[in-house]
Amino acid sequence: MAPPDPILGVSEAFKADDHEMKLNLGVGAYRTEDLQPYVLNVVKKAENLMLERGDNKEYLPIEGLAAFNKVTAELLFGADNAVIQEQRVATVQGLSGTGSLRLAAALIERYFPGSKVLISSPTWGNHKNIFNDAGVPWSEYRYYDPKTVGLDFDGMIADIKAAPEGTFVLLHGCAHNPTGIDPTPEQWERIADVIQEKSHIPFFDVAYQGFASGSLDKDASSVRLFAARGMELLIAQSYSKNLGLYAERIGAINVVCSTSEVAKGVKSQLKRIARPMYSNPPIHGARIVANVVGNSDLFNEWKEEMELMAGRIMSVRKKLYDSLSAKDNSGKDWSFILKQIGMFSFTGLNKAQTENMTSKWHVYMTKDGRISLAGLSSAKCEYLADAIIDSFHNVS
Amino acid sequence: MHGVNVSQSSSSPADRRLSALVRHLEGSSMDSANHSIAAAPTSGSTGARISVFDHVVRAPEDPILGVTVAYNKDPSPAKLNLGVGAYRTEEGKPLVLNVVRRAEQMLVNDSSRVKEYLPIVGLADFNKLSAKLILGADSPAIQENRVTTVQCLSGTGSLRVGAEFLARHYHQHTIYIPLPTWGNHTKVFGLAGLSVKTYRYYDPATRGLNFEGLLEDLRSAPSGAIVLLHACAHNPTGVDPTTHQWEQIRQLMRSKALLPFFDSAYQGFASGNLDADAESVRMFVRDGGECLVAQSFAKNMGLYGERVGALSIVCRTADVAGRVESQLKLVIRPMYSNPPIHGASIVSTILKDRTMFQEWTIELKAMADRIISMRQQLFDALRGRGTPGDWSHIIKQIGMFTFTGLNSEQVAFMRNEYHIYMTSDGRISMAGLSSRTVPHLADAIHAAVTRVA
Repeated sequence: MAPPDPILGVSEAFKADDHEMKLNLGVGAYRTEDLQPYVLNVVKKAENLMLERGDNKEYLPIEGLAAFNKVTAELLFGADNAVIQEQRVATVQGLSGTGSLRLAAALIERYFPGSKVLISSPTWGNHKNIFNDAGVPWSEYRYYDPKTVGLDFDGMIADIKAAPEGTFVLLHGCAHNPTGIDPTPEQWERIADVIQEKSHIPFFDVAYQGFASGSLDKDASSVRLFAARGMELLIAQSYSKNLGLYAERIGAINVVCSTSEVAKGVKSQLKRIARPMYSNPPIHGARIVANVVGNSDLFNEWKEEMELMAGRIMSVRKKLYDSLSAKDNSGKDWSFILKQIGMFSFTGLNKAQTENMTSKWHVYMTKDGRISLAGLSSAKCEYLADAIIDSFHNVS
Repeated sequence: MHGVNVSQSSSSPADRRLSALVRHLEGSSMDSANHSIAAAPTSGSTGARISVFDHVVRAPEDPILGVTVAYNKDPSPAKLNLGVGAYRTEEGKPLVLNVVRRAEQMLVNDSSRVKEYLPIVGLADFNKLSAKLILGADSPAIQENRVTTVQCLSGTGSLRVGAEFLARHYHQHTIYIPLPTWGNHTKVFGLAGLSVKTYRYYDPATRGLNFEGLLEDLRSAPSGAIVLLHACAHNPTGVDPTTHQWEQIRQLMRSKALLPFFDSAYQGFASGNLDADAESVRMFVRDGGECLVAQSFAKNMGLYGERVGALSIVCRTADVAGRVESQLKLVIRPMYSNPPIHGASIVSTILKDRTMFQEWTIELKAMADRIISMRQQLFDALRGRGTPGDWSHIIKQIGMFTFTGLNSEQVAFMRNEYHIYMTSDGRISMAGLSSRTVPHLADAIHAAVTRVA
């Protein structure tokens, strides 16, 4: 019998708990202040438009909906970016972030046999499963520094430098999952320097564009920085969080190549990988994205809704920080909560402390100490602060 | 690769890029002073525009889906697409079933609906209803909780997940597929880690089933081997075993502990009757044995692009089914995490509502009947033209496709001279025909058979 998934299994356990104060800070799915799931207004509008138009349900091409592929690349790089103007990006619609990462992993296994992927320590729990199942070896670069609850930048640079030439380096475009700790713009430049020096290939996981800072462009700046240097890179995108399309499974894999000819070749091989996996991707989510991003009114509305979502998360961060600072007399510095960005926060709680959070306080989170701020309401910040303080100080 | 002595087994990424660079340089007319062998390909130097992906060759179009690509490029007003198996109306248009539109409207109007991640195994209602649809509502296997059903990405996704599971957890890694079979089967199973062998199936002489050959080949398969069976409406031939033949197949397979893996992509579409089209599967399940079934709702509900399907694994005990399900989740999570909600919600809405279910069966029968009538019309048209040969297979074969028996030269001739598109094995999709276009197709076949060897 296989063990339950460490991330998705948390929600299952939460559902089974009937304690009145229970809090689900497990899965990274956005919740409103009332802790309800949220379907964006622009999404509802797009779906109604689609229904009115009476779109058919024919098979998409293997590479997905052309209109979606166009807008997703433009969103990531900016429509006037050289990589787009020069048609140097191979874009294939994928099954959200996971599916897009998997297509890229399969491409790496086939065309760069023996090449490794370097993943951050820690990283999203499913990354290693994806590379394992795709047959791609991986190892880790230092990332999280428990002493500062911040970035171990020197360790990161050293480990990237030490990797054999031509290693794929998996980077989180923004809002690092699970830590919430992102490099600064200056640090990104240094990371790009080292990657170029070692002829490594950058591989971005972009699951939170617009969701981290509230600005689509700002959150894409790391990717654009690398592209501006003329580098070749891979980028997996997801619309699960920023458009709330979790269950529709909509994303894309983008490969920026030196020439448009090479991009055509890469795209054709990504198709060859997708066909025996699921033949062609699902239309519904792709159409929603194409309709929202392709219509300037809906696009602007989307940006507003996204700012609201990102704003709510930033405000519960502040409230949690304030509650922790007010209630904790130990003098511990909780400001890392404010410095982190995105849906998640790495609390620094260890496994035993995390278990205490669940068993004593009915707070559900993943064992690595990650909490999803998207699942936290303003009203529950004080309760959560009590739970964290108790677990941190009274459990070892 | 000229002049570069790099042994494949020991080449480092840098060596491979070096050889790619050399290949690039040898074809290049640029000033050699601009090229330094030491230049890192990803270094943004504006010189040679070298790529780390340079060795990634352009793949040809998928042979089945490539037919539509070629068709789309053809400017002729007489063109006819008989390639992909997607249903077309008498007017030649794609069809979204009325009951599907209604279900979709209900879903979009329901303000309580959310888009939260489905569980890894998919929508629970959908899974239960899909299993009931294929196995029968009164199936003892379902009542005894011996079936695990997971939502997957249509037929392809269900086959792939099932194959990956077998490659990891089943003691035999060989799968026998019929000759011929759907073009994508070999790649799906191969990439999942299974080794693919064939069993005789189609007899070109009779344009029917080579039953003796089939039995011989399954008889000589190693004990425990996996056997792919098309539940009904065999693709590409349209040739199905009779009930009596299915029973013989079942007995033989069970006597050798061969594991049945059903591909059910046309339930209800073949005969127009959902139960009749599921009989082969139910026959195997009734004997208490184990099997896998990949179900697709692409054709029978017209949900092609929504990618809705299910993999059911019928096990000996409920305990085994539970453990199997937990392992299926480990295959799915690193592939795409969890399946898409929209199509499955449509299916679930229809299957659980008695009125909508009824409506669906009526619309489904109408599609199946139209195809049967196209078969008759084409047969009559060829007989009317005195086209040489026995064309009765057109009305004997079942389902969306007809294996015409035309060879690849004749197929090419029909494309070039008559702008008729089909796969090179001579398979035509009857769903793409209409009363209006049957004469054109009959003319083309007649010309191909009389003018091309």
